[in-house]
Parts: sequence; C-alpha cells; structure tokens
Amino acid sequence: MKWGLLALASALLIYPFILTGPFYWDVGVTFLLAAISASAWNIVGGYAGQVSVGHSMFFGIGAYVPLLFYQLWGWPPVAGVPAGIVVSLLLAVAIGLPTFRLQGHYFSMATIAIAELIRIFVGTWDLVGAAIGLQGPAVGRAWWDLTFRSELPYYYIFLAVLGVVLYTTYELARSRFGYYLRAIKAGERAARSLGVPVRQTKLKALMLSATFTSVAGSLYAIKTGFIDPESGFGILVSVQMVIIAALGGAGTLLGPLVGALILVPLQTATNTFFGGGGSGLTYILYGGMIVLLARFEPGGMHELWDRIAPRLPRRSHAA
Amino acid sequence: MLLLQVIVGGLLLGAIYALFSSGLTLIWGMMNVINFAHGEFVMLGMYVALLVVVWIGGGPETFGFAAAFALFALGVCVYLSLIRHVMRGPMLAQILSTFGLALLLRYTAFWIFSANFVSLPQTSFSGTLNVAGILLPVPQLVAGVVAAALTIALHLLLTRTTLGSQLLAVAEDRSASMLMGIRPDRMQAIAWGLAGASAGIAGALMAMSYPWSPSVGETFGLTAFVVVTLGGFGSVPGAMYAGLIIGLVQALSAYWLGPIYKDIIVYALFAALLWLRPQGLMGKA
Repeated sequence: MKWGLLALASALLIYPFILTGPFYWDVGVTFLLAAISASAWNIVGGYAGQVSVGHSMFFGIGAYVPLLFYQLWGWPPVAGVPAGIVVSLLLAVAIGLPTFRLQGHYFSMATIAIAELIRIFVGTWDLVGAAIGLQGPAVGRAWWDLTFRSELPYYYIFLAVLGVVLYTTYELARSRFGYYLRAIKAGERAARSLGVPVRQTKLKALMLSATFTSVAGSLYAIKTGFIDPESGFGILVSVQMVIIAALGGAGTLLGPLVGALILVPLQTATNTFFGGGGSGLTYILYGGMIVLLARFEPGGMHELWDRIAPRLPRRSHAA
Repeated sequence: MLLLQVIVGGLLLGAIYALFSSGLTLIWGMMNVINFAHGEFVMLGMYVALLVVVWIGGGPETFGFAAAFALFALGVCVYLSLIRHVMRGPMLAQILSTFGLALLLRYTAFWIFSANFVSLPQTSFSGTLNVAGILLPVPQLVAGVVAAALTIALHLLLTRTTLGSQLLAVAEDRSASMLMGIRPDRMQAIAWGLAGASAGIAGALMAMSYPWSPSVGETFGLTAFVVVTLGGFGSVPGAMYAGLIIGLVQALSAYWLGPIYKDIIVYALFAALLWLRPQGLMGKA
C-alpha cells in the first residue's frame, strides 16, 4: 500500500515530463480537477453514504465568487477563494440542518432541487452576468492573477490541492470521525443507538466536502478565466463527480482517482472521436455507464478488484 | 377577470402535475425508491403522442392510450431489469440507477429528436370556450379534466379494488403479504407500470397544448419532487392537492412576477418546505 502510493505520487509528479505538449498537459489538468471534485464529493457521498446529486452548487459558488471579486473590484481572483468557501459553507449548513433530520432520499432530492434553483436564479441575475456568465482577467497583471500561458503551472497547483484533499481524507478515515461516518453509512439507527452524534457528523462531513468542492470550482474558474451557469451549476457537473467516485469505488480513498483515470481519457477520446464537447453521445454513454454500474457493480472498481485479486496468480493483493 | 383566467389555467395544469406526481408518490410509498427518471417518462409520453400522430394519424384518444401502454410497458421493464436488483442494495446503487436512467433517456431523446421544440398539429380538440367571460382553450380544459379524473381513478383503484389492496399490502409488509399469497414482485412491477402510465398520459395530455423539447423532463421531474414533498410521500390524495397548489402558485407567480420566476418560486417553496414541514401536508412524520 505504502509503496503503491509512493509510485502513484511519483507517476503524477513526472507525468508532464513523460507525455509533453499542451494536449497531454491539458488532459492531465482535467484529470486532476475531476479527481479533486470527485474526492471532495466522496467525503459526504462515499464515506458518509449521503448521496448528493447537486454538488455543482458548491462548485459553481467556488467558481463564481473569485471572478465576481475581479469583475466588481478588480481584485485578483485568488482573493475570492476564501469568500467562495464561506458562502459554500453557509449553503451546506442551510441544506444539511433540515435534511439531515430525516433519513433516506430527502438529502438527494434537496440537493438536486436546490442546485437547479441556484442555476436558474444565477441565469437571471444581472450582477453575476445572468446567462452570459463572468470573465476573469484576460491578460494577467502580475503573477497573483494566476493566468499562465502554459498548462504546466496549473498542473502542479492542482496536484498540490489534490494532495491536500487526499491527505485530509486519509487522516479523516483513520480518525474517530471516520468511524462515525462509516457507522452512519452502515445503519443510521444502529449508529445513533451506539452514541454516534449522527446529525452533527453528517453536517460536518457535508461542510468539509463543500469546502473542497468550492476550491475545485475556484481552480476551474481561475484556470479557464470564464464561468457561466451551465458550466458552474449545471447538472452534468454534479453527475461527473458522482460517476467518477462511484466508478472507482465510493467511500474509498483512491476510488475517485481511479474513476478519473478511467473516465477522463474516455471522455477525451469520445469528444475527439464524435467531435465537440456538446455531443450528446458522451452523456448517453455516461447514463448507460451509471445504470450498468448501479446494476452490476455498485461498489465500483474497488470491489471488483477485491474479488478478482485473490484469484490472480502469484502474490495476492495486499490489503 | 384576467386573474380568474390565470387561476383556472393554473388549476388545469396543476391537475396534470397531480396525475404524473401520483405515479412518483405511489412508487415511493410502496418500495421507498425514488425515480429520478420520472420526468423523462413524462417527456417520452409527449414524443409517443407525436409519433402516433405523425405515423398513424390518430386523435387524442389514440395517442393517449398509446402513451399509456408504451410507458406502462417501459415502467414494468425498468422494474424487472433494474429496480428489482438494486432496491435492497446500497442507497448509492438505488439513486444511481434511476439517475443514470434519466440521463440515458434524456440524451437519447436529444440524439433522436434533436434539441428543437416541437408541438402537435392541431387535434380534434381545438378552439376556445367562453364561460362567463373566462376564456378557456379547449385542449387545456380537456387535459385538465381528464387528468383530474384519472388521478381520482388511481386513488379509487388503490383504495377500493382487490388489486389496490394487494398493492398496499405489499407496501405495508412484504413478507406478510407473501404469506397471504400475494406475489410482491408482480405487484411492484404493476406499480411501476401504473407510475409509467400516469406519466405517459400526463405527457400526452400536455402535448396537446404546449410545445416541448427533450429537456422538459428535467423540469417535470423536479416539479414532481416538489409536489410529492408537499403532498407527503406515498399519498395519492396529497399529490392531488399539492399538484393543484403548485399549478396555481406557478400561474400566479408567472402572472405577477413574470414567466421566468415561475420555476424559481416553486423550487424556493420546496426549500422552505424542507425547513418547515418536510413530511408534507398529508404525510406522517
């Protein structure tokens, strides 16, 4: 496990030097962003088992607030990142407090409806650019605008953030809090009877998840220099987080990473093949994959591997 | 007078909301599964109506039945091939299965029918009725009345017939109902069929008076969530009242605030409801 992690980390570190050129770097950056968002979702959706299908609301807020800071006061977008986190946290509390009193699907339904509410609302709000969206600085005024010509600086910034998210998740999963989360996922009533503060724990998990998702949105907006309601709050933003985490294995540390490793190259391939990101075929493929995954392999690649590994010849999979 | 017309129009549309939402609430109440693809079922009902009109040239009676049968069949297929296998599994699998189905249906529809808005050619129900100064378009009037009648019929089916008792028995206690000689699998398949049919007919009814595109499924799906939450999960009469209320709220907010606000107000109502009364109007806590 330790050696595997080390190998993975070094592979990610030297990737831009093995596959050079803007195309591969762009794929690398997309992969890292997808992995960050899915790992953030994983904390509440995977570990705590509270399936959010509206995480785009945090992503969108994280993306909008920095560019809004630039648009309104000419501040560097990075300065808006903490503000984006604060707004995301407030929203997380506003959703978590009422829905976590109840079990089951309330949370899923509330997240999808509120994400949609925000998307429509932002699309009609002139201050945030309505349907057109917001733009960042076209040409960087100084380094703190973080507008680089090359993809390379973004790659390493994103990699560092991914490292922070994964390390936090790792420490979290080992802590008492992590056991609480798994207990809640396994059975809320039983967890409560054993003294787990269920509502509090779920709320904290959502707040942590919202923080990281908001940061992911900020990274996206700062790198792209542009955000509109669909790319910030659209349902497909949420879908991507869910499918990547579920594909790799929801509630496992490296599941989202594995999911992104499969999905992002696949997505790049279908987009190149069918032309244009607007091609509906990609989403048909997503839908089909999600259905098949839910029907046949709800544990994702992680459980599949756990089943296959012992049957492989030679040394068995070290747990 | 215009206000009165807005109110009647809202109630007529609300009756259709009630019809398709009662299908969603039936499934929720019976097996604690939420169908994220329900709005897509409504959207498919609209396209079935269009295909029947274009290919066979039938009137509203024909395409109404066609949409009901097609979506009944789809509902049963979805249950047998997908839901049956995931409903006792982890929650992630339950949510993903219907959520993925929604994406699959929505984007397949985009692929086949394109994103353009379409509408039905004028049917035998056309023109406008003038009742004491209130102008009522006949297609909307017929659609609203039929939808209300069918929602009541579904309620009666559940409460007054043997089939209804069997469905409710499975909802109440699966193993006890098996001891009484009821096959839960068959009953749940029928429930999915009924839910599909309610969505299909509702779609066909709306197709008579509104243009649509494959993206309407998302809006209808969310509307159904709001109606079901307001009415209380599992309650068909609750869905009936809540559907009428939501239709009315939408019509009034479009009238007073402007059309773009009608969905915002409804979703905001949903958020407020989660805070204040999550079990809904008729639901048990």
